[in-house]
Amino acid sequence: MTPPTPREDAALAACLLAVDPGGLGGAVLRARPGVERDRWLSLLQAILPAGTAVRRLPPGVADDALLGGLDLTATLATGRPVQRAGLLEASADGVLVMPMAERLTRPTAARLTAGQERHGYAMLALDEGLEEDEAPPPALLDRLAFCPDLAEPPGPAPHGAAAIAAARARLPGVDSPEPVIEAILATAMAAGIVSLRAPALALRAARAAAALGGRDAPNAEDATLAVRLVLGPRATILPEAPPEQEAPPPPPEEPEAERPDDATDPTRGGQMEDVVQEAREVPLPAQLLASLAAATLRLRAPSSGRTGAERISLKRGRPVGSRAGEPRNGARIALLDTLRAAAPWQRLRPAPPRARVAVRREDFRIRRFREHSESTAIFVVDASGSAALHRLAEAKGAVEMLLAECYARRDRVGVIAFRGAAAEMLLSPTHSLVRAKRALAGLPGGGASPLASGLDAALAMARLEKRAGRTPLIVALTDGRANMARDGSSGRAAAEADALAVAKLLRAEGHSVLIVDTAPRPQPFATTLAAEAGGRALVLPQARAEVLAGAVRQAIGAG
Amino acid sequence: MDGLATRLKPKARRPARVKPRPVFPFTAMVGQEEMTLSLVLCAVDPAIGGVLALGDRGTGKSTAIRALAALLPPMKAIRGCRFNCAPGKPAQMCEACQQPRAPRATVPVPVVDLPLGATEDRVVGALDLERALTQGEKAFEPGLLARAHRGFLYIDEVNLLEDHLVDLLLDVAASGENVVERDGLSVRHPARFVLVGSGNPEEGELRPQLLDRFGLSVEVMTPTDLPTRMEVIKRRDAFERDPPGFCARFAPDEAGLRARILAARAALPHVAVPDAMLEQAARLCMTAGTDGLRGELTLIRVARALAAHEGASEVTLDHLRRLAPLALRHRLRRNPLDDSVATTRVARAVEEVFGP
Repeated sequence: MTPPTPREDAALAACLLAVDPGGLGGAVLRARPGVERDRWLSLLQAILPAGTAVRRLPPGVADDALLGGLDLTATLATGRPVQRAGLLEASADGVLVMPMAERLTRPTAARLTAGQERHGYAMLALDEGLEEDEAPPPALLDRLAFCPDLAEPPGPAPHGAAAIAAARARLPGVDSPEPVIEAILATAMAAGIVSLRAPALALRAARAAAALGGRDAPNAEDATLAVRLVLGPRATILPEAPPEQEAPPPPPEEPEAERPDDATDPTRGGQMEDVVQEAREVPLPAQLLASLAAATLRLRAPSSGRTGAERISLKRGRPVGSRAGEPRNGARIALLDTLRAAAPWQRLRPAPPRARVAVRREDFRIRRFREHSESTAIFVVDASGSAALHRLAEAKGAVEMLLAECYARRDRVGVIAFRGAAAEMLLSPTHSLVRAKRALAGLPGGGASPLASGLDAALAMARLEKRAGRTPLIVALTDGRANMARDGSSGRAAAEADALAVAKLLRAEGHSVLIVDTAPRPQPFATTLAAEAGGRALVLPQARAEVLAGAVRQAIGAG
Repeated sequence: MDGLATRLKPKARRPARVKPRPVFPFTAMVGQEEMTLSLVLCAVDPAIGGVLALGDRGTGKSTAIRALAALLPPMKAIRGCRFNCAPGKPAQMCEACQQPRAPRATVPVPVVDLPLGATEDRVVGALDLERALTQGEKAFEPGLLARAHRGFLYIDEVNLLEDHLVDLLLDVAASGENVVERDGLSVRHPARFVLVGSGNPEEGELRPQLLDRFGLSVEVMTPTDLPTRMEVIKRRDAFERDPPGFCARFAPDEAGLRARILAARAALPHVAVPDAMLEQAARLCMTAGTDGLRGELTLIRVARALAAHEGASEVTLDHLRRLAPLALRHRLRRNPLDDSVATTRVARAVEEVFGP
């Protein structure tokens, strides 16, 4: 027997989902819009029982559309409250198709999952994310059984609508024998799947497969199928790879990496080994991030009023008047302004049947507020060989102190490290500082300095954050010895030119940038870079850091 | 006449509830003893101050809370009161209920979900838009806080809650009263509820101010041994295939636990707390280094609830020892970047003060 192809598996997943849509939760379709995805969707639709509700979730859907609520137009027309059913209720026991699922917000995901428990619909998350970190909220993914491989269009459906209907009828009577449960759980544990939801979904998939096969209980084949379809994709998507265990970066060029101006380096000339250094305490100006943001804002405020630390919101903040609009999606009605808008027309408008005041849709005014937007601190850490030897420990210490400031300010934190051939995202923006600290603590040093790649990665992250409505602050800690250009070629001149090019882009897009120079002697290049990026440069104070570290060491030795 | 009748009829606030699905029974939960125990203790004594359950996804946090609602004995309330006012306690009543001889009704204990994206209006209540628009009346539409009065307020992913809502909840949880001054309304109503929060700390930190407001903190983890995991999956599967049958299987257990909770509530005022125990609790808190007096208060209160629940006549060292991690681990003065486990710090303090 030949192993099943991904095309067959994708078709099978659609069949199983059609048998038990609510129980299996749905599927994630990670693919660009195209014939592959459309074929899978139409395949599923063809085998679903006639009359199954298939609804499409509009991107950026508002809460009242999801959950239902007062229908303003009808209420005003009839003069009594008219309720409207929400999208979730309308798709009960059916299928909810969610385009651009990677853009779903957590609150919406929370509504969707809560609604699934109540209304029992299947969710098809159309994930069009390009980057690794552009993905639907994890709480949602956790509940969707399948993730079919859509590199090619799915094969023909192995079961017809009649077979699906028969399997649906048989499903409640299908047993779950203990050996099958045990096999699924053991496989899940072996694959490193901790959550119990995945094996529970696999069990349901096995039962659905048994129902399709006309059996009263899943056999080994059903269990294997379920494990392959449900647990398989999850085992591979586990992001738990500790950074230390990665393959050491290929040392591209040795002589350029170390500059001869530091003859005191003990390991110089020997094999460059990756050094994991502990964070070391360093004195930094207090409130550094806050002052950075303020400084940038002051600089930019007159030229572009588009973004900044403050923005207009309809939900919360300091009130700043009202504007026309409907009180939906969390926007709050400005009652007096609404009545004021309606007042001049009362004579002309026919009296409504029961209401006293004839208010029409165009009269509505909603409040506006000015609020502070959240900010994200993006740390770009130079972990190259030269930096590791000099001051990686101090850099880590500096980041930790800045993290403490982030905690106080409730900022998000993202960490990017660059060394060897490329930059690497250690942590996508999160509120969890513990994770940031952990990512940083395990960061080894060694290799070349692809400064431009590091700044590139920061720019990409900053763009994502800005799109999500947050204010990014980029903090780059480097010794300024860029020696690898973007194209992977070594050479100081090309590398510096590349880094300056990215810096120009950073300035053009108006991101706040702070360059912390970690070199033992301040480098003119760090200052140039900061100037080019429209940011500030800060020299990590050398002497005091040494004194501090020495004092700490002494205290430990004495204690 | 006809018109009057329709006006007095309580109007349907929301579309008719879809068929109520049976809830997974509380007593059928496998493992997670810390979480189930602390929820039961909060049911015995709501003054404990709520539970914070932090841990992995898919460990039955929400299941436990929904199950608790189904388990709890129903309570008496003034009929039709939107705030679930308790009869016979005029001091804590809303204005509408303060007339003498208001009719009574038996209602289930409310367990209200606070969704992540909830607006302030929905939480505290706001101007009733329907009535304002159609009848030109200024009326208050109670929010989630009013519905949770005398019951439980459940916040899933509490660590992702927006700060302005957290502030609001803190204020109401501390004062037991919701004061609304907005849209030209001026309303105050009682809102005493047990705050239950859950979340995954990997996804974000909880503000320390909110952390301290929870009476107990439990850590929930996905079980890692095969037999327990098998039992979880088997029960879940059995429930999904035949909810009524599964619930019937656990009905005696449910009735038993309900009776124990009621008995514990009755016994609670009679449980003695010896001075020696007070002293031990105070010493423990000093050793562990908790901020403020709330740690001691909660520890004593929850120990009394546990004693009542277990039928003991007074609080013993054993009670304190078992409950110290739950009551204290989230109150330690901490460095936001220090991820050393608070539980071990409490355990160390327990060993130091109470002996091994």
